[in-house]
Amino acid sequence: MIIVEELTKRYARNTAVDHISFRVEKGQIVGFLGPNGAGKTTTMRMLTCFMPPTSGSASIAGLDVLEHPMKVKKHIGYLPETPPLYPEMATGEYLQFVGRLKGLSGGELKKRVDYVCERCSVADVRHKLIGKLSKGYRQRVGLAQAIIHNPDVLILDEPTAGLDPKQINETRDLIKSLAGDHTILLSTHILPEVEQTCQQVIIINKGKLVATDSVQNLQNRARGAVSVLVEVASRSGPLDFSMVQKQLEQVAGVSRVLYRGSNSGFSSFEVESEKSFSRGDVARSIVNAGWDLNELRPAAISLEEVFLQLTKSEEKPPLEAAELAGVPA
Amino acid sequence: MKNALTIYRKELRSYFVSPIAYLLLLMFALIFGFFFWNSLGYFVFIGMESQMRGQPMPMNINEQIIRPLLSNISVVGLFFIPMITMRLFAEEKRSGTIELLVTSPVRDIEVILGKWLAACSLYASMLLVTFLNFGFLFKYGNPDWKPLLIGYLGLLLQAGALLAVGTFISTLTKNQIIAGAATFAICLLLWVVGWVGDYETAMWATVLSYMSVVTHFESFAKGVLDTKDAVFYVALIFLGLFFTARSMESLRWRS
Repeated sequence: MIIVEELTKRYARNTAVDHISFRVEKGQIVGFLGPNGAGKTTTMRMLTCFMPPTSGSASIAGLDVLEHPMKVKKHIGYLPETPPLYPEMATGEYLQFVGRLKGLSGGELKKRVDYVCERCSVADVRHKLIGKLSKGYRQRVGLAQAIIHNPDVLILDEPTAGLDPKQINETRDLIKSLAGDHTILLSTHILPEVEQTCQQVIIINKGKLVATDSVQNLQNRARGAVSVLVEVASRSGPLDFSMVQKQLEQVAGVSRVLYRGSNSGFSSFEVESEKSFSRGDVARSIVNAGWDLNELRPAAISLEEVFLQLTKSEEKPPLEAAELAGVPA
Repeated sequence: MKNALTIYRKELRSYFVSPIAYLLLLMFALIFGFFFWNSLGYFVFIGMESQMRGQPMPMNINEQIIRPLLSNISVVGLFFIPMITMRLFAEEKRSGTIELLVTSPVRDIEVILGKWLAACSLYASMLLVTFLNFGFLFKYGNPDWKPLLIGYLGLLLQAGALLAVGTFISTLTKNQIIAGAATFAICLLLWVVGWVGDYETAMWATVLSYMSVVTHFESFAKGVLDTKDAVFYVALIFLGLFFTARSMESLRWRS
């Protein structure tokens, strides 16, 4: 649905987007991730024909953004970072205005306005001035505006920014429910959001593509070695943690056991392995030794860590260069 | 052009839901009323005096009331134009709604025409209110209405040209105040450049005085439809709107 090839945006002094390529399949929700200033908004603006790319190409629903901007715009619903609202208009009136701009008219326009009001739960503020709405409502009116012409592709720039937790959940659910009919590309720098809503992630940093994969694969990839967290307690007096370490190291497949500290009688260990091991073996080995097994869970690496790892490695080279320069020859 | 109509309706509406339109209508009507009352008073004074001298002078409502009145109003208009155009694009740029317009399947020229026509309509409605004054002239006198209509056509054309310039200036900034002040300065400049023609006859002075939007109004004030002057205003409209279109296009490359 969205095909981006070698997309580049260069300004006089800096390169905001640097040869980015990715694809988004029909019906997917894709998270577009990156720290502030990474080039997310710029990329989205190029996809929505707001600004032309310096080089490279992008196409939406098989139409090139440079060659057929008018047709592309009909296929796209766009919610910029600040919802484009006119405070002096009432919600319903505003949606009608946007609908007309997108080429709707007559009965169809009326039907779509009714539909999106219902869908984005803004029907109760239909006759209220937008300037008087709360932030959550405004965001929803912004979303309603984006889907008014039933576009194939939805491009949402930080749709949950500045909302309270309840509103964030509502907005997320709304976006998820839109996925079947629309292909969604949403940008954010909030990671749990991606974990919860998206099937695929595209991470960019400083204008460059860092990773593009499914959420699951990314987590696995960054984890490298598989590891589990184990919490153990002893019934008979204090626990000798070096004993536990020795015991666990004997389990097949385990390469390393780290002591993580004790808390109210329980000691935690992290069991690492190069390939894989049976969690059952770990549990059995502890119970057989006469200890209590309190907790056993995979040490899932959150997307946050993946993100930090991926974006950090990009930052290193200039730092090293600075260090090198500081060394007297 | 259906899209231009959509934009036009939205713009006109936002003029009239805010106090701007009413404030402008009121101020313009007040100032126009004062000028009208003033020229009427002067007209009556001249008439009384000539009667007292015992040698009646030729009196003509069109020449002695309407013509100076319209000339004055053509200058007063310069002060109102910036207030009409300053928000047109600057406000959209500040609030980010320009992204909606640019990413909708609407051509730039449709947006520009819609906005400019809405501005012209607001000015036209300001002029419409002033017809009330002439009601008195027609009731108690018998002025010729054709020169009056041509005078109003001239006012509209002049305003259309300046509104096009103002629309262009509004695309250059996010700040309404800056857009308004700059438009005001340009409007004043386009008036006073005509003054050099009063004492200088060199080529450059002729060119400068030709550029004055007020000089070109003189024929309209007389009630004469001079093609030369009409063409000047129409050309300025095209120029202003053309630059607006260029500026809107460059917005995409710069932002």
